[in-house]
Amino acid sequence: MPLSPEDVSRIAHLARLELSPAEGSAMQTQLNDFFKIVEQMSAVDTSGLEPLHTPLSAIGNVELRLRPDAVTETNNREANMANAPASEEGLFLVPKVIE
Amino acid sequence: MSAQLHTLGVAELGRALAAKSTSSVEATQALLARAKADTHGAFLVVDEDAALAAAKAADAKRGSGDAHPLLGVPIAHKDIFVTQESATTAGSKMLEGYRSPFDATVVARLKAAGAVSLGKLNCDEFAMGSANENSAYGPVRNPWDATRVPGGSSGGSAAAVAAQLVPAATGTDTGGSIRQPASFTGVTGIKPTYGVCSRFGMIAFASSLDQAGPLARSAEDCALLLSAMSGFDERDATSVQRPPQDFHAQMLQARAGATAAQPLKGLRIGLPKEFFPAALAADVSGRVRAALTEMEKLGATLVDVSLPRTELSIPVYYIIAPAEASSNLSRFDGVRYGHRAAQYGDLMDMYKKSRSEAFGPEVKRRIMIGTYVLSHGYYDAYYLQAQKLRRMIADDFQACFQQCDLIAGPVAPTVAWKLGEQGDDPVKAYLADIFTLPGSLAGLPGMSVPAGLGEGGMPVGLQLLGNYFAEGTLLHAAHALQLATDFHLQRPRA
Repeated sequence: MPLSPEDVSRIAHLARLELSPAEGSAMQTQLNDFFKIVEQMSAVDTSGLEPLHTPLSAIGNVELRLRPDAVTETNNREANMANAPASEEGLFLVPKVIE
Repeated sequence: MSAQLHTLGVAELGRALAAKSTSSVEATQALLARAKADTHGAFLVVDEDAALAAAKAADAKRGSGDAHPLLGVPIAHKDIFVTQESATTAGSKMLEGYRSPFDATVVARLKAAGAVSLGKLNCDEFAMGSANENSAYGPVRNPWDATRVPGGSSGGSAAAVAAQLVPAATGTDTGGSIRQPASFTGVTGIKPTYGVCSRFGMIAFASSLDQAGPLARSAEDCALLLSAMSGFDERDATSVQRPPQDFHAQMLQARAGATAAQPLKGLRIGLPKEFFPAALAADVSGRVRAALTEMEKLGATLVDVSLPRTELSIPVYYIIAPAEASSNLSRFDGVRYGHRAAQYGDLMDMYKKSRSEAFGPEVKRRIMIGTYVLSHGYYDAYYLQAQKLRRMIADDFQACFQQCDLIAGPVAPTVAWKLGEQGDDPVKAYLADIFTLPGSLAGLPGMSVPAGLGEGGMPVGLQLLGNYFAEGTLLHAAHALQLATDFHLQRPRA
């Protein structure tokens, strides 16, 4: 079923995007065009197949590597926060969340 | 010497530096002058001071006995790799002015090998695109014809190498972003097996697909770069644990039973029938088949194989990659780094306005697709089904590799198209990725090797795909072809 303008608004909200009416309408057309080529996927029987999350698991077991739980980084707070749009005393500033 | 320095490839320049017939400072100055005068939009930042300082340091190191093949060789990085010395934008307004507190592992390793970075190269926004028309900092033009696109997303890297601004550049390939621009600009590029190069400091697009690799003017030059770029990195959870690889030595390794006239004797090259559809452009098909005939003369045998889910790889890729992108790009919230809107109300409004102002149309489209296919009620039908199909596609390759050592075909269905030609039809652009997507989904290594000129005098690339970790076999075959032919030596008219 094609996406309606309401579907597009709902997805945009989930994606934390604000689309102008013109953007929303173009997006609706383009997404619906795209999902036409996606339809062929549903015709394939994939029952019993394991999803492939990471490519090398196509040829063997890929184990998640764990490292010792030890501190490896030094405190680099100032440099790491230098790109923040708004910060104060080592804290990121955001609009008030709790009244 | 200085007048021709830009014509030298990585290996040649390395030999000239070793023979002291030039210095890194001289080569760096010559290439900086070309980079600054470039009219193709390839460079976003030319970092003159840092480059000259690095060149001086490289010359001093050579004086004290260091002889790494990349020592003092000028290169440049796709602006998707974070660098401490220059700003990093990923081609997006979102990261305008962003300064990374660290270098990407690939950048750090090339630096440690002594390569000199001249600056950062243009690319599609967050590496999403196949024409380099999605950069917030303007398109890149193809050095062979400035009215055409250079391909993407590593379009700046490909154009810089083709226009002889640098002998080699780094790129990244998620669904073909090294191979396709290499094909469109007549340069050689390799995307290694997933996990061979560290993704640490490579701004994430689709984490289960993204791989770094070099673009250069020959397979030999690619081998030298890849050896330095690759290797295990504990900071990338999917980095493959194995000893450092010497891809140049692997490239030179003679095949068992090979002779001087037949260096590819015994090599079986599989031609998937789906890679040669009736609708394939005649110039592309002709050049690819002619290059394969050259490989046959060198001893290779061609065998018919099938990758039956080639066409399905388009929706599968364009479900999985946007799903991962929507998740990766959720980090851009206007709080810790990146653009924050000037005017906003509450926190939600700040997120929405900041993201909507700074992301371009293609990035928004992919975030929307990804968010939708991961959302409640649609996950199984789209995302999970795509991942199951991804396994079928990977299994199809393994069935092929029972019958052949390498797989060959075109990189793209046509030569480079005109800027703006695809208009406002993103699906048309997605369909043109058909031949690079299957290998990406499977995580296999792949190359684009120049195969001569097609329509409009534009370059055509031969795609070679290998099995997991068969980079040596790929580079060996491409090198043998390049020793016997001069497709890779053709240059755009200056």
